Amino acid sequence: MVDVRLTLDHCVKCNICTTACPVAAVTPLFPGPKYVGPQAERFRLELEPMIAPEGSEAPSPDHSIDYCSGCGICSQVCPQGVKIAEINTRARAAYVGGQLPLRNQLIARPDLLGTLGTPFAPIANATLSSQPLRGVVESVLGIHAEAPLPPFAGRTFQQWASRHRRVRNAVRSVAYFHGCSTNYYEPGLGALTVQVLERNGCRVIVPRGQTCCGLPLQSNGDFPAARAAAQRLVNTLLPYAEAGFDIVATSTSCGLMLKREYIEILGLDAPEFKIVSERMWDICEYLWHLHEQGELQTDFRPVPLTMPYHAPCQQKGHGIGKPALDLFGLIPGLRVAEMTSACCGIAGTYGLKKEKYQIAMDVGAPLFAEIRATGPDVAACDSETCRWQIAHGSGVRTVHPIEVLAAAYGICDM
Amino acid sequence: MSSLTTEILVIGGGSTGAGIARDAALRGFKTILLDRGDLATGTTGRYHGLLHSGGRYVVKDPISAKECIDENYVLRRIAADCIEDTGGLFVETEHDDPNYAAEFVAGCQRAGIPIQELSPGEALRREPRLNPRLSRVFWVPDATIDAWKTVWANARDVQAHAGTVLSHHKITQLIRDGDVIRGAVAVNARTGEAVTIHADYTINASGAWAGQIAGLAGLPVTVLSGKGIMIAMNHRLTQMVVNRLKRPADGDILVPIRTVCVIGTTDVRVADPDDWPIEEREIQFMLDEGEKLVPGFRDARALRVWGGVRPLYQPPSLGAVSDTRDVSRTYTLLDHADADGLTGFLTMTGGKFTTYRQMAEVAVDAACRHLGVERACSTASTALPDSEEGRFYWLGARLHRREQDPHGDQLVCECEMITRARITDAMRARGGDLDDIRRTVRLGMGPCQGGFCIYRAAGLGHANGISDAEATNTHLLRFVTERWKGVQPLLWGDQLRQAVLDDQIFQGLLDIEHLPGWDRAESGERGAKGEGLTQQAEQSSTAEPPAKAKRKTGKRKTASGGEA
Repeated sequence: MVDVRLTLDHCVKCNICTTACPVAAVTPLFPGPKYVGPQAERFRLELEPMIAPEGSEAPSPDHSIDYCSGCGICSQVCPQGVKIAEINTRARAAYVGGQLPLRNQLIARPDLLGTLGTPFAPIANATLSSQPLRGVVESVLGIHAEAPLPPFAGRTFQQWASRHRRVRNAVRSVAYFHGCSTNYYEPGLGALTVQVLERNGCRVIVPRGQTCCGLPLQSNGDFPAARAAAQRLVNTLLPYAEAGFDIVATSTSCGLMLKREYIEILGLDAPEFKIVSERMWDICEYLWHLHEQGELQTDFRPVPLTMPYHAPCQQKGHGIGKPALDLFGLIPGLRVAEMTSACCGIAGTYGLKKEKYQIAMDVGAPLFAEIRATGPDVAACDSETCRWQIAHGSGVRTVHPIEVLAAAYGICDM
Repeated sequence: MSSLTTEILVIGGGSTGAGIARDAALRGFKTILLDRGDLATGTTGRYHGLLHSGGRYVVKDPISAKECIDENYVLRRIAADCIEDTGGLFVETEHDDPNYAAEFVAGCQRAGIPIQELSPGEALRREPRLNPRLSRVFWVPDATIDAWKTVWANARDVQAHAGTVLSHHKITQLIRDGDVIRGAVAVNARTGEAVTIHADYTINASGAWAGQIAGLAGLPVTVLSGKGIMIAMNHRLTQMVVNRLKRPADGDILVPIRTVCVIGTTDVRVADPDDWPIEEREIQFMLDEGEKLVPGFRDARALRVWGGVRPLYQPPSLGAVSDTRDVSRTYTLLDHADADGLTGFLTMTGGKFTTYRQMAEVAVDAACRHLGVERACSTASTALPDSEEGRFYWLGARLHRREQDPHGDQLVCECEMITRARITDAMRARGGDLDDIRRTVRLGMGPCQGGFCIYRAAGLGHANGISDAEATNTHLLRFVTERWKGVQPLLWGDQLRQAVLDDQIFQGLLDIEHLPGWDRAESGERGAKGEGLTQQAEQSSTAEPPAKAKRKTGKRKTASGGEA
């Protein structure tokens, strides 16, 4: 297990992270990853929540850490291996000290929101799409009136899955971790994922009672609640991991939690976290792995599109290359333009916040322009909040790579 | 030759001397404090920064233990701004004698040191990097203290009470009039000018150098120099002081001080307090011992190594000393009127930083007796400047201050978060010598050891008219060569990577080897007008340029400059 704090020893002060940071580039409110990361960490007491000695000036020394979006680009570009983003996330938890404002408590619990919103989807969606009401929400809660909030689907993916009949003659079994967004907002993506997997000889189990992975709680700094969420989810997935199932995820950031961040950032070192971690696959990573084994169906029909693809920051954080691009290369007629801009800005819940919305939009502006410049009908991106932000910022419909593959299999239309 | 007149002259600007000068000034004596170099550059500025609870000495040296706990409480009252209340632990590892704990507990009770036994689980919860195989743990009121800040606070208070502080003045002669010492003659190390100081009473507080000073009056004082080396690690691996639960030995203590933690120390008798080596095996031994306290210690980044000499007084009656660890850590007042029939002069030596104030009180009490006056000591109850509010320093203070005004000023030294204004203010007060500025604000003491800031700081000195071009070059070169001495023995892993990058900046980008003055920096000569290559380079004659030193191996000489 990597001791995140100890990696600050590798920092040679070179500033490569600060140069690459998309947030520091657009706002002076964030002094940059080197400053808040390895540099400021030497001044932190490494306690959680940070308890300053009695009579000292403040419970915690730094608040600029709150402007880190958590995109993780700093850790990816660091040539010395400093876990900068991870240091920052932990420092924010110490800064927050478990005292989340109401707004952050709400947006950090997508499963709660989903459970509450789904039965009342028409009303909830009308509220969310009403600008006057969003103005009220902004002033009361601090969620920006223009921030991209997806509509509730009104039915859950779990409901779909419970009625779905499993295929016979499967050659392998996989468990599908769908995450909150698929369950409450994009159940169609979940259905396509199941069908694409089935097309490739998989028996797909959708474990019941999947709860939030805890990522929004982690990135908003409530580690105790995030750890509780992690424990619940891992308890749900553990029997499948122990039975030798591979577990695939369509949400890149939630999958990354299970793969690595429970252990590295939340410091959860019980054996079950490692057992589940070792079975986790990103969906595109898994399909490309099948292809490398010669077991992926490649009877794709042509998809005559020019489509921009943005590999989200959290996808890059997996360290698996860009398997979506590899898969797209198998589809006849599909011309993919890989975007070079770093980040869309949303970073989960960061860009929803009133005080950070404009920063997020400024971070994403080069990406939105680059996408629009290709004049596309549709764009692709793996992470849900990034898709919503890109659609919001660029006006271009943005889909998960699975939807493109499903179209190429003839399961759906683009 | 100029001349000054004073009531009390204090020789030696370490903690003891500065404490004596403050004590005398507060009692209303006209006082001069003098040091051959900058203040706190001998033993004081090279110590790890532990404010002892006394726990370390309860079994072996109970008198010193009692002195430590008494003064620990006093300094918490009067020097809060210099102290971080870290607390301390004594931990019994699998390498330590399990019978020692009982002796330790009894000793703490005798000395009046409050202790609290923690369960191993609780200790590991508080300090998760500790050796998980620890068997017993005791909490003690250890703390850490910034030695430089403490000495300067004392010196500032001397000045606030009409006293004078003369740094960079080397004593060349004690003025002896029959059986009375009536002051001293000193030479300004920077200008070469001599000054005669007439004093009613002279106090020798020159620590490990006390024998040399007393020798100027023909007095035979033998102060042994016990060398200790220390290694500063890049960040705090523990937040509390951690001691091994055993009789004091080498490498058995880890002191979190400011942004670093320091492992110490050794105790080796050396003949000359100004000239001694740091041996490779000493460094390796420190790291091995660190590994016993904190597994993975060897993989953590070591920033620099340095050493200092303890003044250890051994009365002639006790004969020869085989191991300096066996010499008591208590202090000694040598009243030369009684012993040598010489009045107007006393020597205060031995002791510890923790007990400096008590040493000062005892020394000035003695001076009062000889001067025939009765003036009460007030240092135990009068807070030092900036400590009046009784608020302890804490690690996050600089970061907190920066966060209050993140765009107010440029950060010049990023590692230690020092702003442009702070550096220029320090230069206006103390001159452009970058090593003096380092001790004032911790400039260049972080992970990059000056690699990203020191030339910028040098430029500030020049841009603000504090140093001319020649002096600026000299300061820069000396800083780089001095820092290099502490880094060079630790060139592996992360610090090697940093050194390579720094070297590329200094040589590849700035071509520092072709700055005017490089030859002198290399040979350690004195600069024109006495500015520049003085004191340390002169004393240790080891100012080595990176390019040369890099190619050398084997024993290193004195790595100067403290961390604490």
